Amino acid sequence: MSEIIEGFLQAVNMIVTLNPDLLQIAALSLYISLCATLIAAVITIPLGGLIHFREFRGKQALITLIETLYSVPTVIVGLLVYFLISKSGPLGFLGLLYSPEGMILGQAVLIFPIILGLVISALSGISLNIRDTIVSLGATEFQGIFEIIREARFAILSGVILGFGRAISEVGVAMMIGGNIRGETRVLTTAIALGTGMGEFSLAMALGIILLAISMMVVFLMKFIARRYQP
Amino acid sequence: MIGIEAVTKKFGDSEILKKIDLDIQKGEIFTLIGPSGSGKTTLIRLINLLDTPTTGKIIFDGTETSAQEKARLSVRRRMGMVFQKPAVLNTTVAENVAFGLKFRGVEKSQIEKRVQAALGLVGLNDFSLRRAITLSGGEMQRVSLARAMVTEPDVLLLDEPTANLDPVSSEIIEDLILHINRELHTTVILSTHDMLQGQRLADRIGVIMDGRIVQVGTTNDIFYHPAGKDIARFVGIETILNGIVTTNDGGHATIDSGNAIFEAITTIPPGQRVMMYIRPEEVTIAIRDGDLPKTSVRNQLTGTIIKMVPFGPFVRITIDFGSPLTALVTRRSADELGLAVGTAVIAGVKATAIHVLPDTR
Repeated sequence: MSEIIEGFLQAVNMIVTLNPDLLQIAALSLYISLCATLIAAVITIPLGGLIHFREFRGKQALITLIETLYSVPTVIVGLLVYFLISKSGPLGFLGLLYSPEGMILGQAVLIFPIILGLVISALSGISLNIRDTIVSLGATEFQGIFEIIREARFAILSGVILGFGRAISEVGVAMMIGGNIRGETRVLTTAIALGTGMGEFSLAMALGIILLAISMMVVFLMKFIARRYQP
Repeated sequence: MIGIEAVTKKFGDSEILKKIDLDIQKGEIFTLIGPSGSGKTTLIRLINLLDTPTTGKIIFDGTETSAQEKARLSVRRRMGMVFQKPAVLNTTVAENVAFGLKFRGVEKSQIEKRVQAALGLVGLNDFSLRRAITLSGGEMQRVSLARAMVTEPDVLLLDEPTANLDPVSSEIIEDLILHINRELHTTVILSTHDMLQGQRLADRIGVIMDGRIVQVGTTNDIFYHPAGKDIARFVGIETILNGIVTTNDGGHATIDSGNAIFEAITTIPPGQRVMMYIRPEEVTIAIRDGDLPKTSVRNQLTGTIIKMVPFGPFVRITIDFGSPLTALVTRRSADELGLAVGTAVIAGVKATAIHVLPDTR
């Protein structure tokens, strides 16, 4: 119990004193996870629209597969991306291993199915009436997908927030792809794991509290932006 | 304006539309009436090119509609559609109305002007900045109508537009439909299961039953000369009697129904089995005391009242004269005559009020 209180006090202390190590780690965590979320969202939202709108063989199987991948272990994604970008891998020439960019790629892959699945589910939540109305009003396929995505924006945003949450809280990809190199690829979660391993429980606790505080700020910000864009 | 040629539509194994042929004229209000599940919605969706027929052709303004999405889109953009369930997008009323124009790439300044005009048409000018999902069902349906009309379509399609609305909102929508047709000369195709609405709005009516068009004609044709028993039932003719023509004197026939001899106007020769359709509002009721009254009404049937059901300002009265006969009288006259179950009455039916069709069974 005392570790929790101590951790809380230490967290406050580190934030108030603007501890440079902490700021660097927190900023890197935020940068990597936001980039990963952005990349995943930019691809999955239109892709989800296309999957939802088009009728094709194996559509249901595809959706089931996507939903299954919600629970893919982070270490499996870490391993696959590791093969992909390690020196001998097909993307080895990019030199992404043990770099923040490699971690962005890994996290984007990790949260891709979650956001994609939730986009499809959000679009399915829009009634057929609305879809028919849009088509009947003379929308092209592109215009139709765009308007339906707009109509489902709040549900889609929830999916994106969930994706971000999984990205910033995961350890597997960050550890295997990033390597937890101090000052370069160390993020909040890997720092917590390391701190715990070294017996610095209150530091780990403090980092955990900061991680949650950051997540809360991001969620608030996204909701604020979404609200600004409603009539 | 629109031709439908041998159109069928199957969903899986069930055939919803069975070889539909129809011709809709430019500038008319054509009403599809039929019971729920008869295929009205499916047919209207095919006309709006939202679905494709399984077989058959849909011809729009002289040209067969193609299967190519691009060509379908340009035809679809000449129509406006209002769906049964009021559907608005989660944004302002003005933006809802603007969608059709936005999709067609109309300039912003133009859009604003035309949206205001369309909202004026349905009397919702003051609502333009309201969030559309906060409106009542009737208001939403007016927004849908404005949204369909803002693009100045050649054809306005309405699929049971008032089925989910209260009577006051329904009347507003009906008035708007008439206004749009009479003032803007838009061709209107409307579906309804409410035969009275069909009667109020339609220039021509197509009766659809179980996926088939069973009769097309003017309101008068359908309501007074139904082409069969099911249609008669559907348009509110409750009394359907079987009989045999016994004499026919230049179109003035006598028909024996077993319980009574009727006089009616028909060209059907003696010896033929027929069906007689009598609309309830064509039946008069008099109290039976002493002699039959002297009147020009040719058919006087003596019987007793076996059932009375209130029906708005009317009472639906069933009289047993050997067979049942239904009359619709005002509540006031029922009260003044002191009508009740068991009252002995004389039911009067003019010879011209009986619609006679050959019995095809």
